[in-house]
Amino acid sequence: MSDEKHVTAAQKPYAKLLRQYGGILVSLVVLCIIFSVMNPRFMTVANFMNVLQQIAVIAIAAFGMTWVILLGEIDLSIGSIIAVAGMAAAQAFLAGFGFMPTLVLTLLAGAAMGLANGVLTAKLGLPSFIVTVATMGIFRGLVSLPTNGAPAMIENPTWIAIGAESFVGLPIIIWIVVVLFVFNHVLLSKTTFGRRAYLTGGNREAAVYSGIKVDRVKITIFMISGIMAAISGILLSSRLYSAQTNAGTSYELDAIAAAVLGGTSLAGGVGTMIGTLIGALIIGIMNNGMNMLSVPYFYQLIVKGLVILLAVWLDVRSKRAKR
Amino acid sequence: MSAATSDVILKINNVSKLFGPVAALKNMHLEVRAGRVHTLLGENGAGKSTLMKILAGVYHATTGEVEFCGAPYKPENPQQAAARGLTIVFQELSLCNNMTVAENILATREPSVYGFINDQALERRAAEIVRDLGLPIDVSEKVGHLSMAQRQLVEIAKGLSIPDPRLVILDEPTSSLTDAETEILFSIIGRLKAKGVAVIYISHRMEEIMRLSDDITVVRDGEYIATRQRENVTIDELIAMMVGRKMDEIYPPRLGAAPADSEAPILSVEGLSRDGEFEGVSFEVRKGEILGFFGLIGSGRSEVMNALFGMKAASGSIRIDGEPATIASPVDAIGRRIAFVTENRKEEGLVLAHSVEWNISMAALGRFAAALGFMRNRAERRAAREEVSRLTIKTASVDTPVGSLSGGNQQKAVLAKWLLTQPRILILDEPTRGVDVGAKFEIYKIIRQLAAEGTAILLVSSELPEVLGMSDRLVVMHEGRLSATLSGGATPEAVMAHATGITS
Repeated sequence: MSDEKHVTAAQKPYAKLLRQYGGILVSLVVLCIIFSVMNPRFMTVANFMNVLQQIAVIAIAAFGMTWVILLGEIDLSIGSIIAVAGMAAAQAFLAGFGFMPTLVLTLLAGAAMGLANGVLTAKLGLPSFIVTVATMGIFRGLVSLPTNGAPAMIENPTWIAIGAESFVGLPIIIWIVVVLFVFNHVLLSKTTFGRRAYLTGGNREAAVYSGIKVDRVKITIFMISGIMAAISGILLSSRLYSAQTNAGTSYELDAIAAAVLGGTSLAGGVGTMIGTLIGALIIGIMNNGMNMLSVPYFYQLIVKGLVILLAVWLDVRSKRAKR
Repeated sequence: MSAATSDVILKINNVSKLFGPVAALKNMHLEVRAGRVHTLLGENGAGKSTLMKILAGVYHATTGEVEFCGAPYKPENPQQAAARGLTIVFQELSLCNNMTVAENILATREPSVYGFINDQALERRAAEIVRDLGLPIDVSEKVGHLSMAQRQLVEIAKGLSIPDPRLVILDEPTSSLTDAETEILFSIIGRLKAKGVAVIYISHRMEEIMRLSDDITVVRDGEYIATRQRENVTIDELIAMMVGRKMDEIYPPRLGAAPADSEAPILSVEGLSRDGEFEGVSFEVRKGEILGFFGLIGSGRSEVMNALFGMKAASGSIRIDGEPATIASPVDAIGRRIAFVTENRKEEGLVLAHSVEWNISMAALGRFAAALGFMRNRAERRAAREEVSRLTIKTASVDTPVGSLSGGNQQKAVLAKWLLTQPRILILDEPTRGVDVGAKFEIYKIIRQLAAEGTAILLVSSELPEVLGMSDRLVVMHEGRLSATLSGGATPEAVMAHATGITS
C-alpha cells in the first residue's frame, strides 16, 4: 500500500505536468525541430543560452502579468513601467546615487506605479483595462520628462554587469529569471496568498463571502506586476547601457501572449507560472529561430500572431473536450 | 358566455417538463377562456413560472400538448409566441435602462425604412400605446430615470404592444407597484377582458387575486391540484390547497430537546432596518435552536441575512452572547463564527472551476497557514477528505472540479466549507434549492446533527413544509417586516396567512 503510494507520488508530477502542459510542450518541441532542421546552429547550448537571455525581460514581465490575468484583470501599463524603471535608474545615477540605493528606488518606482493601478481598479471600481490604458500613456509620458525625450546613458559598472557578466557559469540575467520564477511559482502555488489570488480570480463574489479581502489581494497583485515590470526594466537598461524613452513598447502584448499561451485563463482563476515560462520560451524561440533564418520582421509578426492563435485555439479545444 | 367550451382559448393537456431527472411540471392541465382572468396560484417553485416559460417559447415541454386558439401550439421562441397573439410580462424587468421608454416598448419592432429607424414614428406609436393604456409616463424619458413601479408599467406596456393580443400573461406584475399604479393595472386588465382577451395572472397577494380573478387554478409541486371559480372558493380553501401536503417522514426528528425559552440567546437582533429592503426586524436564537425564516420571494429574508453577515449595511443592533457586535464585513462575521450558506451556491458559494478541496478550505484558509504564509497542504487535504466523508459528498476525489458535481453534492460542498470554520451561528438560505430528494434528506440530517452539537441555526426557506418540518420556532416575513414569530406547532395555513399579509 505504502509502496504503491510512493510510486504514484514519484510519477505523479511528470504525469500531471504532461497532462496540464502537453499541448504547449508539443508546440515547443515542434518549433525546436523545425528550426533545427532549417538551421543546424539552432540546436546548440550557446544558442539556447542566447534564447534564455533574450526572453528574460518578457518572461519576468509575464510572471507579473500571470498574477494579474489570474485575477481576471489586465495590466497594459507594464511596457511603460519598464521604460520608467530604466529612466528612474539613469536619473538616480546622474544624481549621484550608488548601486543599491538606485536599485531600491527603481523597485519602489515600479511598486508605486502598480499601487496606482491597483487602487484605481480596486477602490474606484474602474475596469483595469481602462485604468491601465490610461496609465500606460501617463507612465510613457513620464519617461520623457527628465530628458525631453532623449535617451540617458547608464555608466554604473555594477548595473552594466547585470546584463553582461556570468555567475557560476550562467549569465546573471538567467539566474535572475530562475530566482524570480521560483519566487513567483512558490508564492502562487504554495502560500495562502497565492490561494487567495486563485479564489478571487475564480469567483470574486464567493471569495468575498468567504472572508477574503479581495481589494487587498487585487492591489498587492498590481504591485507585484509593477515590481516585475521594474525588474524587466532594470535588465533591459543594463543590456542597453542606457534608458530609452521607447523601451518596452508593446512588451505588454508579448507578456499577455506568454501567459495565455501558458494556459492562464483571461476569465481568471486558472493559470501557473510553469505554463507562463513555457509560453515565454515559445515566443523567445520563435523570435530567435526566425532571426537566425533572417525572416523579415513583418513576416515574423504575422507568423507570431498565427502561432499564438493556433496554440490558444488548441488549448481551448482540449479543455472543452475534457468537459 | 353562451357556449362555455367554445371560448376556451388555451388548452394545456398533460404537459410535463423535466430538467434532467427533476420534474418541474408533471401532467399539468389548464383551460383558459377568452375574456376571463385566470389566476395561477402556488408556492415558489410550484411550477408556475416553468409553465409560463413553456407558453412563451422559452422552454419546450418534455411531453404533452398545448392548444391555442383551436390550433396546436408549440412556439420555438417568444417572437413566435407573440406572432400568435400570446404575450408575457415577466416579473424580472427586461428593459434597457439607458434607452427611452419608446425605444423599449417597441424594441425589435421599431418603425423603420431600410433599417433606418424613424424616430418620430417610433415616439408617436409608443405614445399612442401609453395613452391607450392610461399610463402617466413620458415616452421620451430614459427608463433609468423612472421609478421601479413606473418601469414595471413600461414592461407591461411593452408586453401589450404586440399587434393582436389574444392571451396576456402577467407574472407577479404588482410586486413592485404602489396602490395607485396597481389601480391603473387593474383598469388595463378590465379593458383587456372587455375586448375578449384572456389573462393569466400570477400573484401571491390573496386579496388582489380574489378581487381580480374569474377562475383560479392551484398548482403544487409541479402538479395540477384544482380549478375553482372565484365565487365558489374562499381564501382559506385556496391556501389549504396550496400547502396541503403531508409532511411525511422527510424531516428527521430533532435529536434531544429544544433549548428552553429561559436560556440566554447566542444572537439577538433588534430593529434591524435597511431602506427599501426591510424594517424593524427583531429576533433571537439560542444555542442548538433552529429558527426558521419563512416569507415569499421579495419579503426581505435574504436581505436580512446578508446584513447579518456584513454584506449589506443596516441600522439596528446585533448582540452576540449579550455583547453588542459590529459586523461590517464577512471578515467580521466569520471572525465571530457566523457562517452563511447563501441562496445561490454557484454565484456566491463556490468557485466552480476549482477542486472540491480548494472550495472546502476557502473560508478557513487561516487554519492551514504555516510560517511565512505557506499552505499546510497535507492538513488541508486531510480536512477536505474528512468533510467529504462526514457529509457523504459523492465525488471521485477531492481534486475533482466542484462544478462537475450534482446540485446536491455541490450544496454539501458549500456546507462543508462553512463547517470547517466551526460556526456557532449558521445561516442557511434555501439550503435545499435545486437539490434532489435524497440529498435533501441528508442535508436535513446534517442540520439536526449540528443543532444537537449546539450550533444556532437560522433556516431561511420559501418551502413552507421545510421550515415547518425543521424549525423549533418560526419567523414569518412579509414585505420587509416581521409579520409573526410562531412556535414550532404552527399550521401551514396560519404561516401562509402571515406571509401573504392577509391576517386580520
